[in-house]
Amino acid sequence: MTRKSIFALAALAAFGAIAPLGCKPAGKEGAAGSGDTPKTGSSRIVFIPKNMGNPYFEAMEKGFQQASKELGFEFSTTGPAVAEPTAQISYIKDEIQRGATAIVIAANSVDALNGTLDEARAKGIKIITVDSDLTGNETHRDLGVLACDFDTMGDFLIEQMGIIMNYEGKFAILSATTDAPNQNKWIKGMQAAIKNPKYAKMQLVDVVYGDDKDQKSLTEAEALLTKHPDLKGIIAPTTVGVYGCAKAVEQAGVYPGGKNAKGAGVSVIGLGVAKQMQRHLKDGIVPKVFLWDPAEQGYIASYAAVRMAEGKFTPADGATINIPDLPLTKMGDKKVGKNNVLIIGEPVEYNKGNVDKYAGE
Amino acid sequence: MKKLLARRELSLVVAIILIVGVAVALQPRFASEQNIRSILLWVPLLAVAAMGQTAVIITRGIDVSVGSILGLAGMTTAILLRDYPQLGVGGAAVIGIGLGAILGAINGGMIAFAKVPPIVATLGTLGIYRGLTFIVSGGRQVDDYQLPKDLMNWSLEGPALLSNVPFINSIPWVVWIALLVMILSHLGMTYTSYGRDVYALGGNPDAAALRGIPVNFVTFMAYVLCGIGGGFAGVLYASRYGTVNPSGIGNGFELQVIAAVVIGGVSVFGGTGGAPGVALSCLLLGVVNVALSVLAIADTWQMAIYGLVLLVAIIADERFARSARKRAGEAV
Repeated sequence: MTRKSIFALAALAAFGAIAPLGCKPAGKEGAAGSGDTPKTGSSRIVFIPKNMGNPYFEAMEKGFQQASKELGFEFSTTGPAVAEPTAQISYIKDEIQRGATAIVIAANSVDALNGTLDEARAKGIKIITVDSDLTGNETHRDLGVLACDFDTMGDFLIEQMGIIMNYEGKFAILSATTDAPNQNKWIKGMQAAIKNPKYAKMQLVDVVYGDDKDQKSLTEAEALLTKHPDLKGIIAPTTVGVYGCAKAVEQAGVYPGGKNAKGAGVSVIGLGVAKQMQRHLKDGIVPKVFLWDPAEQGYIASYAAVRMAEGKFTPADGATINIPDLPLTKMGDKKVGKNNVLIIGEPVEYNKGNVDKYAGE
Repeated sequence: MKKLLARRELSLVVAIILIVGVAVALQPRFASEQNIRSILLWVPLLAVAAMGQTAVIITRGIDVSVGSILGLAGMTTAILLRDYPQLGVGGAAVIGIGLGAILGAINGGMIAFAKVPPIVATLGTLGIYRGLTFIVSGGRQVDDYQLPKDLMNWSLEGPALLSNVPFINSIPWVVWIALLVMILSHLGMTYTSYGRDVYALGGNPDAAALRGIPVNFVTFMAYVLCGIGGGFAGVLYASRYGTVNPSGIGNGFELQVIAAVVIGGVSVFGGTGGAPGVALSCLLLGVVNVALSVLAIADTWQMAIYGLVLLVAIIADERFARSARKRAGEAV
């Protein structure tokens, strides 16, 4: 073997040893202590987000951490680096081995996880979906916790856009990928809502896709400004997209009051994370964004998991669970609906006045 | 050789004019100030990263880790700026460049001194650097309110000196910075002995060694330059996109960079090409990308179009090389 090929092999071996770090970031332990020394008698809840490093799920983790302090369970987060359909399977299998009490998961696929989840449930692990449910395969999990009624989201966003642009003028939609189920549901909802005579003077001129990537979202948002010089608003029902739109109107100076703004300028609204949008909201570049508070979802999912583990709550159509009030929202009795879905409520509005409170460290 | 290069640059200019012509015909606002600005803002990241890669490919090497260098250097710089805001934008640039140089030196060391094939070494560091990006950040992103406003302003405002020149005054700092990097790269590759050594090494490695060119050092430095380009592009990324996310920053960027360099006329067989061609090719890719969005061409086509342009460039490259050798009277 030549020296050259020995080094080549060594480099390959190093790659093999370290590359998985890129795909499988180390799990982070929650507020209730380390994952390797379980407290006796306490339950252990694991959260598997779509992918690690995603600010939306990081915000959700806060709710788990708060619940873990209050209810005294052990909490940890683990998950894949990329949101791919089968990427979560190995993490679920690890937790079956380690014996979690409950797994709360934002599913990357509506059907790829079925078999693995069944395996976990056979071992007595409660499975709860948050944010992304197993639509059409609900029998493979115990409960689905969804932030708000996705069926009415389209109407809600059109009404909010209408308020800002005085129910008059051109607006566009910037979405994530062309095949994202939630996104398409909301776009359809918005296209249906706009037919209401109330919005007769509002014109939806374009729907574009930023693929939830920084570069593509920004380029598409700038292309909207190029194509429609008289645009009055952009609705971006995606957190990456709404941030890309904010950057686009900021860098082009066409936000309300910007140096290149014509008339009222271009108002960006959509679904955004408080922390990520904080500066743009405070500087008045973006009037307001909405989001169900992801921390609430995390809190409620873990609260339900603990009650389920104690045998005090069994999800079923029509069953109710009493959830204690949260610092920013009143909770109370929540009713489980069809397919064991628990809907939390209306999205929260983040604006100049309240964003600091929600974004707080 | 000079003629051959000029031909590539000329064809790039023709291609840019053609695409702009078609785009303007279909959508007159493609020529609007807003859109020109959008194209100009698209180019700097790519151009800065591509300049270093140019030197690497001229030496017959390749650095596929440049997207991960951009990621690790950009992420680390953002974290340091978040925790030590007093570093300021100047500090950010120095840190980004320094980290890039170190990461490039690791690649260069393996390739020049340990003789690991470039594709193997940089494929390894592609994974390692991306993994480290997750480790240093704990998988968490840095948001733009945590970064200095001055850094954001690089993508918003131009030099005060030009504030009264119409249109030019709306071109932000990042574009001027990239232009400066391109000019320095061109001067460096053309008028310094290091630049000439790079071409000599790429043209004929055996002859270069016989002529006493420090082959290992020249190769090593090419990867250091590539790292510097990637690291600095990481800082520009933070300015342009504001949010620095460990899985988002620079992920897959190496494909764009290598495409830009090859389309720019740098032969994968080494020894030819240079900064002006690569700069034009970055502009071409910017025009193509923005045109795809403005003309509402389904983005599923984007990758296919990229691949096609790249293939055409490589095939054309091979043909030029053959005819050049023929003219030189060599056996083909």
